[in-house]
Amino acid sequence: MSSTVKIPVPTLNKEISVSTGLFINNEFVPSVDSAEVIQCFNPATEQVIANVVAGSSKDIDVAVAAARLAFRTTWGKNVTGWERSRLMNKLADLIERDKQELAELETLNNGKPVAVARDFDIGDSIQCLRYYAGWADKITGQTIEVDNKSKMAFTRHEPIGVCGQIIPWNYPINMWAWKVAPALAVGCTIVMKPSEITPLTALKLSELVVEAGFPPGVINTVPSLGSVGGAALAAHTDVDKIAFTGSTITGRKIMEAAAKSNLKKVSLELGGKSPQLIFESADLQQAAAWAALGICYNTGQDCTAGSRVYVQDSVYDKFIDVLVSTVKEIVIGDGFDNKTGGGPLISKAQFDRVWGYIDAGKAEGAKVVLGGERRNTKGYFVDPTIFTDVDSNMKIVKEEIFGPVLSIGRFKTEEEAVALANNTTYGLGAGLHSTDASQCMRVSGLLEAGTVWVNQYNILSNNVPFGGKKQSGIGRELGSYALEEYTSVKAVHWNIGEKLQWPLSF
Amino acid sequence: MASVFTHEFNTPIYKGKTSFNTGLYINGKFVEGSDKTTIDVVNPATGKVVTKVAEATSKDVDIAVAAAHKAFETTWGLNMGGAGRSRLLAKLAQLMEEHQQELAALEALDNGKTFTWAMDLDTTFAIDTIRYYAGWADKIHGQVQETDEKKLSYTRHEPIGVVGQIIPWNFPLLMMSWKLGPALATGNCIIMKPSEFTPLTAIRMCELIHEAGFPPGTFNLLTGYGHTVGAAISGHMKIDKVAFTGSTLVGRKIMEAAAKSNLKDITLELGGKSPNIIFDDADLDQAVNWAAHGIYWNHGQACCAGSRIFVQSGIYDDFLAKFTEKTRSLKVGDPFDVDSYQGPQVSKIQYDRIMDYIQSGKDQGATVHLGGDRNGTEGFYINPTIFTDTTPDMKIVQEEIFGPVGVVIKFEDDEDVIRQANDTVFGLAAAVFSQNINRALNTAHRLKAGTAWVNCVNQLHSNVPFGGFKQSGIGRELGEYALHNYTAIKSVQVNLGHIM
Repeated sequence: MSSTVKIPVPTLNKEISVSTGLFINNEFVPSVDSAEVIQCFNPATEQVIANVVAGSSKDIDVAVAAARLAFRTTWGKNVTGWERSRLMNKLADLIERDKQELAELETLNNGKPVAVARDFDIGDSIQCLRYYAGWADKITGQTIEVDNKSKMAFTRHEPIGVCGQIIPWNYPINMWAWKVAPALAVGCTIVMKPSEITPLTALKLSELVVEAGFPPGVINTVPSLGSVGGAALAAHTDVDKIAFTGSTITGRKIMEAAAKSNLKKVSLELGGKSPQLIFESADLQQAAAWAALGICYNTGQDCTAGSRVYVQDSVYDKFIDVLVSTVKEIVIGDGFDNKTGGGPLISKAQFDRVWGYIDAGKAEGAKVVLGGERRNTKGYFVDPTIFTDVDSNMKIVKEEIFGPVLSIGRFKTEEEAVALANNTTYGLGAGLHSTDASQCMRVSGLLEAGTVWVNQYNILSNNVPFGGKKQSGIGRELGSYALEEYTSVKAVHWNIGEKLQWPLSF
Repeated sequence: MASVFTHEFNTPIYKGKTSFNTGLYINGKFVEGSDKTTIDVVNPATGKVVTKVAEATSKDVDIAVAAAHKAFETTWGLNMGGAGRSRLLAKLAQLMEEHQQELAALEALDNGKTFTWAMDLDTTFAIDTIRYYAGWADKIHGQVQETDEKKLSYTRHEPIGVVGQIIPWNFPLLMMSWKLGPALATGNCIIMKPSEFTPLTAIRMCELIHEAGFPPGTFNLLTGYGHTVGAAISGHMKIDKVAFTGSTLVGRKIMEAAAKSNLKDITLELGGKSPNIIFDDADLDQAVNWAAHGIYWNHGQACCAGSRIFVQSGIYDDFLAKFTEKTRSLKVGDPFDVDSYQGPQVSKIQYDRIMDYIQSGKDQGATVHLGGDRNGTEGFYINPTIFTDTTPDMKIVQEEIFGPVGVVIKFEDDEDVIRQANDTVFGLAAAVFSQNINRALNTAHRLKAGTAWVNCVNQLHSNVPFGGFKQSGIGRELGEYALHNYTAIKSVQVNLGHIM
């Protein structure tokens, strides 16, 4: 089966067409050996909206072979940085042209509000592609002085090769851009496995890849189950590097498979249980707004979700009041409704998981100060839920929930705050709110996280690196740093004058 | 009220129309000069005036500088983020591409280079350059330096402010893009003076810059003379930096004026007398082709021209024979003829200068091996010329001619040729031809020049730095290096805990 479906958008009285085959060598094709399909759901209605081809491990082989051939012939060192830049800019322009429709498709499959999908997710993705397009002709090595009379030493920053990229369902288009852009900029070819829950926008973007003029095989898209396609990529002996964003549990499997196969390079963006510290000198209104954003954005389905908040004793009661009334203002609803600030959770499985944590929180004795009540409607909607009176041993405090569920604790001293914040195996993000500059400097230095926000939360920028410490990940995305993840350094020692005397004399 | 230049191109190689405002471009508007005077623009293929453009005076420089400072403080500088500057530059490149043929035709009409060269090289490279710097605009990084945990210490790479840029007539549009790209990418505002000989493409660009959406005052174009506008810019107390490409003679004046006024930062791209060294073991046919490109490209009007061609004695006769034949094959003709390689020199003044040098060569006893005379009876055409039997002290060997005049010099000894090659006050470029990579690289490394070409000549890329040693210049253009010319480094040290 390889065809096009027309997905109805009921509230807008239109249809969006999506090719449902595997995208390999610039064509949409059926699986070579399987009739399996992946059902795509609308999480607001719980309805199936499309079926797409489910790639098998043989399909991964075909895609990898296509990517390898492109790397050897039309991409890699066979294409100049200027040409890569031109194509990437063209792709960005096409995404911009089609951003409304892409946003609607994203909302249908993921549930987030259309305006957020269009202006934030897609807006940032366009900017991300343009940012990396600007790097493509600026990949420089070094010349290094060794001995002027006899040696010319220099480095070449070469593309690693064929890259497997596995992306999650929480920001399908944005995560696609974060992965694709730096890889293309330095000349790598890609086999992309979008999440089996949200493959539709990746397939739609593949049409634009063709229209932009990329040679066949440079970008390949293979929707597949993680345990099938993802595992195949991680274990493939002809894939030079694997980049994964998703859960820490799966991240371990990827790294293990990489180690056991061909020691391919690995970069991982994993989970988090990121803390925000509210110090007594903080602007409480602002801090509450940032804390609300931290747990409600994307309905809490964010690897950097600020899911633990610790408040200094002296301002605790006041802050709780402000925070609860702030969080109450967000409307969780259908993504096609203008009033909606956050959509449903992505799937039944996630819905059940999050409820499992809420129930556990109650069972372990935490106090619910907001939410915690099920709706009796269709759709995987969960309202923001805030727990207080928590302790460090509770599941809701230790484990990543990936929903709009916040745990609030308290502290007396700065030392205590930092200790509470760092008491986790994760280390992705952290926030601190204080108007004492020395405190901001000290605490930001002590927090064990790849991104520390001072008097802010969640706001990222395409040119500032992002990634995890500890078990939140390996490597960095965004900024110039992401280029290193896709670059392999070759040192060249060019003898311009030395004659070797053999045998050596000492 | 500023006037409009309208022209219909009806030529074998290009048919099209152009029509644009020929005023000064200040603060987003086209205006007449304060003195309401004009400058004649001459077509060097015919020697005839094609149009008049507004002439700026030092009063106009003052007006433009005020507008530029206002823009820098409000809509440009760090008020417009890197991503925004990037978008505008990308838009400008796109508009240049849409009007590429028109720009190439104007360049050929004004400068005399062929339409083909203007299309394939000048305009294409100019568009590339703008695109390249668009990509840098959001990547201007400073550093964070580790001192201790009670201090936050970092650098900001800030735009300098209002910069003056004075560009030459040999590659008008290309030189404009080399200057404009890095300056705007880093957030500076510009006062630009194009050459009074070749202002048309720069003026045409103003409408594109306007259409791209650059805020008023960020880019200002003042066509005028060196001794008025150029002097006003280099001596201005409120211009923070001046960048100049042109002759070494004028470069000195610029640097002096900068020193005497406000010690503004300067970068200079000046003249050259670049050696092209061809060893016995060179690929002879390739060396011939490259050597011809080295001296005859752009009618010899290139600062990096390989104008002293050193040929090792073992291949000298063969080289000379082939080089002569190659040179003879270059077609001198109207810039808009389909098969012209070389058009006229840019102006009567340049024509006279080059002919004077040719005469000096004859007077000092060199042999005119080929050419040495005018081509045709109309316009400023000079036949590609080869001199042999020279001595190092001759004017044609020492001084920059800036015309299609190559000097071929026989040499024996590797050491001696390197000494001769370096025996010049200039140091812009050099080339080495040899199939022995060790010999080639060792020679290249010993040549005192800002660019050393190995088995090629006159190759430039937007991402590879270019500039001079010695009296050929100060600073580098192109590549990441050009960004340094337009950024001011501020160190910020924040005490977050040390008690005094």
